[in-house]
Amino acid sequence: MSFSSDDIKNVAHLARLHVSDENADKLGADITNILTLVDQLQAVDTQGVEPMAHPMDAVQILRADDVTETNQRDKYQACAPETEEGLYLVPRVIE
Amino acid sequence: MLDKSIKELSQGLKNGDFSSVELTQTYLDRIAKLDARFNSYISVSSDAALTAAKEADTRIAAGDASIWTGIPYAHKDVFCTEGLRTTCGSKMLENFVPPYSATVTSQFDRAGAICLGKTNMDEFAMGSSNENSFFGKVVNPWSSSNDLVPGGSSGGSAAAVAARLAPVATGTDTGGSIRQPASFCGITGLKPTYGRVSRFGMIAYASSLDQGGPMARTAEDAALMLQVMAGHDPKDSTSIKHDVPDYSAGLNNSLQGLKIGLPKEFFNEHLDSSIQAVMQTAMKELEKLGATFKEVSLPNIGLGIPAYYVIAPAECSANLSRFDGVRYGHRCEQPEDLMDLYKRSRSEGFGNEVQRRILIGAYALSAGYYDAYYRKAMQVRRLIKNDYVAAFEDVDVILSPTTPSTAFGIGAKGDDPVKMYLEDIYTITANLAGLPGISVPAGIIDGLPIGLQLTGNYFDEARILNVAHQYQSQTDWHLKAPGNID
Repeated sequence: MSFSSDDIKNVAHLARLHVSDENADKLGADITNILTLVDQLQAVDTQGVEPMAHPMDAVQILRADDVTETNQRDKYQACAPETEEGLYLVPRVIE
Repeated sequence: MLDKSIKELSQGLKNGDFSSVELTQTYLDRIAKLDARFNSYISVSSDAALTAAKEADTRIAAGDASIWTGIPYAHKDVFCTEGLRTTCGSKMLENFVPPYSATVTSQFDRAGAICLGKTNMDEFAMGSSNENSFFGKVVNPWSSSNDLVPGGSSGGSAAAVAARLAPVATGTDTGGSIRQPASFCGITGLKPTYGRVSRFGMIAYASSLDQGGPMARTAEDAALMLQVMAGHDPKDSTSIKHDVPDYSAGLNNSLQGLKIGLPKEFFNEHLDSSIQAVMQTAMKELEKLGATFKEVSLPNIGLGIPAYYVIAPAECSANLSRFDGVRYGHRCEQPEDLMDLYKRSRSEGFGNEVQRRILIGAYALSAGYYDAYYRKAMQVRRLIKNDYVAAFEDVDVILSPTTPSTAFGIGAKGDDPVKMYLEDIYTITANLAGLPGISVPAGIIDGLPIGLQLTGNYFDEARILNVAHQYQSQTDWHLKAPGNID
């Protein structure tokens, strides 16, 4: 699998990253190398093997549906880049 | 004072030999004087530390002290500390002051320990050399010309403990990030069983692999740290409800009858001959203590690095999607629209290695590739786990080197990421399987320390600490300090 600079730009868009033209070639080469390393997996017979998501095969713990958090909006928004009247500000999305 | 164990420091405080303020000031002075060379701290919390030390002295005087009351320590800058900047080694979080604390942080606070500051690390814990930090490289205290890496990603914590800029420090380990720098810096580092230590407030890299743990000079100190850190946390749904034993109680147990496994896939012609010699010497010590050795086979172990470099980037690409330039973290100037805000904030905020791993992960999870990469890697992960489960039917612990070499030079791996990835060959499979592992200083090669690794069965931290402590009771590698740290 070889990664072209167009491939990089497509994946970068999915990941919401900006990749410049100068960087795309170097990144493509790096990722091609990494995928070559990873491709060793394809030779392994994994038929019937259950994928492992958690070492102890634990499942999601459910708790009672009680309110445990108090409203701390102002505290949590104190580290935000831009807020106004309790709202996070972003560039206009609706014209 | 700098070479005292936690127990000795605690006794000294209780006896009134020195106060917590004096002890804390000693470390703050050393950091101020020496850390320009090592760059092991990103933030130093002098005022808060001294305030906490004063309170600790009051409690000690009143007879209301635990073993940790008044003892200074450092946190890897991946643990959120309310009110104290937490950067994760990234420009993305250069000015982030968390509104809450990690569970691990709160546990040390409750125990009465004094946080000196936050240690340097590879950005978002991605790296094996601490060269990927936005806040600059860390220098290994053992390097005479300041030209060797401390390992990574917990390189700042390892360097700080080795240079006596903190008695102990926390670390996190996703593929070897506690054990590898412990080996390179001549200290003791333990990665607990997955789920043993809460990940709440520990900034996530790869959630199914990340685990916090202790970095100390001795197994005895590491046991005391793990006692503070271990336990179920309702705020971390992947933490496990499992009794927490007294980790110090069994340290002096005899090793008579202990069965140690030697994976034949690790002890082969690829193993460096000087490291092989260190392992042989260590095995003789363990044999004298009553242990016996048996060859074991972990046939899928060679697939650890390929499986890891699918699973970890996939989880990283999902975890790091939260950095959007909206709620916290870096935000670009003058965004044209929302897409531009996302893309530029993230590309400006993340360094190269982080962006590479996000891209690999996004690719591996994208439509049409999920089965070939992510699902396949998760299946191989189970094969690796099954190898360990089978081996632990025959042996109690598994011994191996921690690292394929001693500390390498800054810049030595060039900019080829794959070369760096191969550094973690001995450590990465414990993360995939979720097993606990400890690196213990076991020798000096050409003036540089090297560790041996003991991997234990699930929740068997007490056993590997016991073996490590017994080994340290017969050897003095863990007592050796770098030559020039004053």
